[in-house]
Amino acid sequence: MLAMNYRGPQRVRIDHKPMPEILHPQDAIVRVTRSCICGSDLHLYNGNVPDTRVGSTFGHEFIGVVEEIGSDVQKLKVGDNVLVPFNIACGKCAFCKQELYGNCHEANSQATAVGGIFGYSHTAGGYDGGQAEYVRVPYADVGPTVIPEGMDPDDAVLLTDVVPTGYQAAEMGGIQKGDTVVVFGAGPIGIMAAKCAWLFGAGRVIVFDQVEYRLEFVRNYAQCEAYNFRSIEDPVVFVKKTTDWMGADVCIDAVGAEAAGNAMQTFTGRKTLLQAGSATALHWAINSVKKGGIVSIVGVYGPTDNLVPIGNVVNKGITIRANQASVKRLLPKLIGHVQSGVLNPKALITHRVPLEEISDAYRIFSDKLDNCIKPVLIPPSAKV
Amino acid sequence: MENNAKDYSHINGWGIDIDPKNDPTYPIKRRTDEEKDGYSWERPPQQPINIEVLHSIERPNITAVFGTSVPPSGLSGQIRRLAFKESENSYGHWLPLLLADRINVVEGVIDDLKDGRIPNFFAEKGMKAEWKHNPASVVQKLAVGAAVAGAVILLFAGEKKRRSWFYRLMEA
Repeated sequence: MLAMNYRGPQRVRIDHKPMPEILHPQDAIVRVTRSCICGSDLHLYNGNVPDTRVGSTFGHEFIGVVEEIGSDVQKLKVGDNVLVPFNIACGKCAFCKQELYGNCHEANSQATAVGGIFGYSHTAGGYDGGQAEYVRVPYADVGPTVIPEGMDPDDAVLLTDVVPTGYQAAEMGGIQKGDTVVVFGAGPIGIMAAKCAWLFGAGRVIVFDQVEYRLEFVRNYAQCEAYNFRSIEDPVVFVKKTTDWMGADVCIDAVGAEAAGNAMQTFTGRKTLLQAGSATALHWAINSVKKGGIVSIVGVYGPTDNLVPIGNVVNKGITIRANQASVKRLLPKLIGHVQSGVLNPKALITHRVPLEEISDAYRIFSDKLDNCIKPVLIPPSAKV
Repeated sequence: MENNAKDYSHINGWGIDIDPKNDPTYPIKRRTDEEKDGYSWERPPQQPINIEVLHSIERPNITAVFGTSVPPSGLSGQIRRLAFKESENSYGHWLPLLLADRINVVEGVIDDLKDGRIPNFFAEKGMKAEWKHNPASVVQKLAVGAAVAGAVILLFAGEKKRRSWFYRLMEA
């Protein structure tokens, strides 16, 4: 089968790999019909995630058709169209039972600091991902969800990560009616977080980024204010001024380790890896939020350390809430929101690229070329 | 540290202000407190362990399922094995893993060459797309690359010249 093959920082290609096999009675083999490149894949692509081994296949956002099931799988059958949450969850451990499906204790041997994630390095379990024609899906009765009849596959594939992560970013903000919410980052997650902030009753939503076409997109898609931090002397002062010197009620970091905007953070976090990614967005979020406010983090950082003003967190009485999205917990509600038209995720998709052209797709997404917001990969086997 | 959270009835006032609704994780977590019973749940069946799986020393075992994408091998694998002797709390875990990743890149090129394949760096880096959508960037990268290569060549050529001058002088 064809699969993406990581060869080193900013080097990926398509190769033939062996077909995945059932390795556990609760496994399924899924023929991929759509997969995405996620912003967090860029951390892998740039070589910033420890234990990203040459030969790995990335891809944690995918949908497909069940081709084969293990002997213990009861809820799925061959031929089912499924969307597969990016987190691998057993459904039995203490954390899964608390609906913390992103924090399963039976899916990642390599690290306790993160759950199991498809195609996200050995630090996240060493699973091959969905940027391929076929993929092995463990715990098939837990995560995979049959795509409702009539749902657009482009909507379905974004329900595996983008929509739940954006929604949970807003949810973790504990947004109250009338709150001012500031979202750092106008990538797909930031766009979705801005859109979802309204669902919790936000009174004002402000997005910061440096890419003009994305700012324009989020203004229209999420009906929010959007500003280029390059054209503002200091985004933190801007937020203070625009909130009558109080600060935002809620700030969301939807950027993570690849953040731009601060030369020292960029040098130490992205260029030299002296810290676990550039923490510019989180730094701004902590300093922009009001005293007693909430900072919600869904941006992905590495497992070591970051330079953030933790003293300000203490002295301002800030609550920080963060997690990988618990996709399975949120899916019933979010499928409803998509079906009712409240959310229109497929509007984020700007590029449909054959899987065979994956090197170009990564370059386009990574360098934000051709006004790219979200690329979807279509494997040749999708047409079978 | 041992968890002795059992009976605090001897502590005057213990728990009088407990408010389950004051849970900063709500609604992210459906609180069941099962983790307080320790690692005691009925585990899923164990995936047969027939490849080398490195596991964090912050857990007692290999998880019931695990990925099999790229088992450790070569020099990078040796470094990874050493890294997994340290906890996730230690730089001695993560920094060697990053080093192993970089060594693994070189191993990948060697493996390609062994397989009779010359890696097409230009294609793997998606430069075709960059050339199509941002040719100025490609030109800039090529110019910087050429300048660096030129500087290195000049440096070595100068060094050679200096050496030959030095040797001639010594012979005289």
